[in-house]
Amino acid sequence: MTLLITVFAACISTAVWYKTSGRSEMKPGILALMYWGASIMWFVDAVVEYAELKSEYFTPAPADMLNDSFLGFSVVALGLIIWLVIVMIKDPKGVIRKKN
Amino acid sequence: MACFIVPGTEAIVATAVLVAVKHHEAKLAAPSLGGKTAQVEKKTPFSKKLGWLCSLLWGGVALLAFEHIWHGEVVPFPPFLTAAADPVSKAEMLHEMGTSGVAMAVLVTLIWAGMAVISSVLESKTARHTAAEEGV
Repeated sequence: MTLLITVFAACISTAVWYKTSGRSEMKPGILALMYWGASIMWFVDAVVEYAELKSEYFTPAPADMLNDSFLGFSVVALGLIIWLVIVMIKDPKGVIRKKN
Repeated sequence: MACFIVPGTEAIVATAVLVAVKHHEAKLAAPSLGGKTAQVEKKTPFSKKLGWLCSLLWGGVALLAFEHIWHGEVVPFPPFLTAAADPVSKAEMLHEMGTSGVAMAVLVTLIWAGMAVISSVLESKTARHTAAEEGV
C-alpha cells in the first residue's frame, strides 16, 4: 500500500511538472523526483518480499493494510513538507526576502 | 532494517561530486562569455542531470528513513539501529544492506542513467533538426 500510494503521488507530481512545462518556479520536479526515488526503493523492497511470500504478498491482513496506508499517506505528507521547506529556502518569487 | 543506508551513502558521494562538477562548470563558463555559451546553454548541463540523481536518492532515503522510524527500526538513541543491538540481527541487517540496499542504489542509478541518456539523445535530435532548418 505504501508503494502504491507513493507511486500515485509520483505520477500526480510528474503530471503537474509536465503541465507547467518543467519551468515552474515552484519546482514540482523536485517533488516528483523525491517520490520516484522512494517508489523505486520500495519497489525493490516489494520484489524481495514477493520472492519470500509469493502470492501471499497480494493478500495482506487488513490490519497490515491499514497500517501501510496510514504510513503511505504520512510519507506523502512528509514529502510535501520537505518540498515546501526547499521552496521556502530557495524562495524563487522572493516573497520571504521582500518581507524581511 | 537499514537498507536505506546504502543509497544514503551514494547520495552523499553524488552530492560531493555535484558540488565539484558545478564548480568546474562555473570555471569553464566564466572566461567564454562570447559565442560558445549560447551553444552550451541549449544543452542541459551535467550538473543539472546529477542534480536529478541527488533528488532521487535524497528523496528516497528521507522517506525510507521515515518508514524505518515508523516501524521502530531506527531510534533516536545509540546504537540508533535496533538491529545493531544483537549479533544475529546485525548479521541479518548487513545481509539486507548487501542485497536490498545495493539493489536500490543500483536501480536508482540505472534509471537516472537512462534519463540522462534519453535527455542527451533528445537534445541532439532537436539541435540537428534546428541546424537543418537553419541550413534550408
